[in-house]
Amino acid sequence: MIIYEYLSELFGSPVLASVIQSLFPLIFLIPFALFAVWLERKVSAFMQDRIGPNRVGKHGWLQTVADILKLIQKEDITAANADKPLFNIAPVLVFAGSYLAFAAIPFSSAYIGSSIDLGLLFIVAASGFVVAGILMGGWASNNKYSLLGAVRSAAQVVSYEIPTVLVILSVVMLTGSLSLYELSEMQTSSIHNWILFGGNAPLLQKILLIPFMFIGFIILYISSLAEVNRTPFDIPEAESELVAGFHTEYSGMKFAMFFLAEYANMFAVSAIVSAIFLGGYQSPFGYLGNTLGLTWLVPIEQFLWFSAKGLFFVFVQMWLRWTLPRLRVDQLMALCWKYLIPIAFVNLLIIGLIVLIKI
Amino acid sequence: MSDYSNLKTEEMVLNMGPQHPSTHGVLRLEIKLDGELIVEVKPHVGYLHRCFEKHCEAMTYPQIVPYVDRMDYLASMSNELGYAIAVERLMGIQVPERVEYIRVIMAELQRIASHMVALGTYGLDIGAFTPFLYLFADRERILSIFEETCGARLLYNYIWVGGLSHDLHPDFIRKAKEFVTYFRPKITELNNLLSYNKIFIERTANVGILPIETAINYGMTGPNLRASGLKWDLRRDDPYSIYDKFEFDIPVGKGWVGTLGDCWDRYFVRVLEMEQSLNILDQALAQIPDGDVTSAIPKRIKPAERQIYTRVENPRGELGYFIVSKGGLQPHRVKVRPPSFISLGLMNELCKGHLVADVIAILGSIDIVLGEVDR
Repeated sequence: MIIYEYLSELFGSPVLASVIQSLFPLIFLIPFALFAVWLERKVSAFMQDRIGPNRVGKHGWLQTVADILKLIQKEDITAANADKPLFNIAPVLVFAGSYLAFAAIPFSSAYIGSSIDLGLLFIVAASGFVVAGILMGGWASNNKYSLLGAVRSAAQVVSYEIPTVLVILSVVMLTGSLSLYELSEMQTSSIHNWILFGGNAPLLQKILLIPFMFIGFIILYISSLAEVNRTPFDIPEAESELVAGFHTEYSGMKFAMFFLAEYANMFAVSAIVSAIFLGGYQSPFGYLGNTLGLTWLVPIEQFLWFSAKGLFFVFVQMWLRWTLPRLRVDQLMALCWKYLIPIAFVNLLIIGLIVLIKI
Repeated sequence: MSDYSNLKTEEMVLNMGPQHPSTHGVLRLEIKLDGELIVEVKPHVGYLHRCFEKHCEAMTYPQIVPYVDRMDYLASMSNELGYAIAVERLMGIQVPERVEYIRVIMAELQRIASHMVALGTYGLDIGAFTPFLYLFADRERILSIFEETCGARLLYNYIWVGGLSHDLHPDFIRKAKEFVTYFRPKITELNNLLSYNKIFIERTANVGILPIETAINYGMTGPNLRASGLKWDLRRDDPYSIYDKFEFDIPVGKGWVGTLGDCWDRYFVRVLEMEQSLNILDQALAQIPDGDVTSAIPKRIKPAERQIYTRVENPRGELGYFIVSKGGLQPHRVKVRPPSFISLGLMNELCKGHLVADVIAILGSIDIVLGEVDR
């Protein structure tokens, strides 16, 4: 917000400011992806009694940079029978889909790409965009494994959007807002104001709400795992069955795009979960900047808090990935349609009732 | 209701392998799919064919031992044991007791190592990466023991006709005992991490059910047969070497979490077998006598004109050797009954009507080694 105003003043044109601001998430995203890939490898190594990357840079932290350099140098192979235009567009589309979500994510009170009122709805829509890219890539590769992976992915992401939306709806009933910025502002000052603990509702209502909010939180987290195709829901890219699923045929930078999109998505869903339930960028303990009287420090602290919360959930995703096996495609659907959606529905009704009777 | 009868559906042929991460080697599966449902699975073998049986006809009996190693390369010791016993029976050689003990110890260590690979890669097939690395790290301990004993980690050439290539190194007994005490709690760890994992059970229980009649009709042996509920183990039912001296259970499938003879049963029977192997090791390591391990090795192996069939319980099932001698230095014919090849014959039967993902689960559960399938 503040950054946007500052930029438009600086350049004297809101259009130019918007364009420049649209690049901001990239500044965050690329170092994050580099870090997250390294983290994933270190976390997995730690969990599996291995050392992990340790050659490039101290503790191997430059490993991802080296990998990216390697990917850039690699020959960009397009399979002979591939549908070339679609094949080339797909990785861009997938990345664009996950990048779009960053437009509505509030990183701190000073920065949100676009503080639209329908932020939550926008993010749900944007993540649907990714499916198109995946389907395109799978189809254009002209490879049976890729096609199977893409079809699975489409079914999976579309199905798991329903519980996601139902949980979001229940939160909206409580807060009356679809804007992530407003949600974050609501959950200010302390942990007990987090929506996970009933938000700003009166005390009795809060106590009633807490168990159902926890259920909603768990459902949202499970479906977010499914939406980013992480274990135990990594069926579209199930390595042991479909080799690499929809991106089997991709190499070089196009593969890197898919890779980047995956990690961007991981952070995006984690950020959404923490923005909805865990106070977003709000610090649970108050701000150092306020105590010291340095108001400019507050947004930076908020940004750090937000990254920390997001990273924590990214870490949980990694933790799950290196612990759990993979579900089968029908079991995945059964989990969604037989358990998550009904539970989310009942949860929605109960939360609606509690909010309605206004104890 | 709309009429969908004019909609044409098409069966898709999916070629799985020979370069596929989960075919456990160079196996090619031709899978006919209806959507994701399997209509037919046709295994194509032969990518690793090395003319083992034909080769044997041109080599002397001791020269065959290293070739035997290369069949089931995850259970070389067991292969050697089977071959050595076959030739010894052919010639009527009685080996010293110390040799028998060492052979049993080696074979049981090998069984544990082989099951570790089987279980680890099975977890990997289902999508759990971590147990695989845990088990491989532990397997490394067994391989180190083998390496110190005979210089090789995978293809040992250790068990010879009439004896062993050389005696154990002085530290062997201590290290083997250490391994036994170290590994027991690890089995519980594996169970907690993988075996009783809800998702793992979901994926493997009630999948690829093998009824006992089918198993017998197809000639299944080893853990695959026992998982279907039949207590048949050559170590007890047709004892060779000195297995009749040891106390051990034969674990059979009980349909613990699903139906009798499903993938989980096949998996879990192997887990239990590792425990039983540890029991045998305990006893063998405590009782091992002193003696000379090379005294019974014949100077010249030239069996009289006769033929013999012997079988031993390999980690993957019944390994049989049919050797025909015409009285020369070389065998006239060596025929192997490979358990993996016979297990592979069941793929179509087991996979029909399942999903693509189940092919992996089923293939992993019957635990084949392509080196033995093709020879």
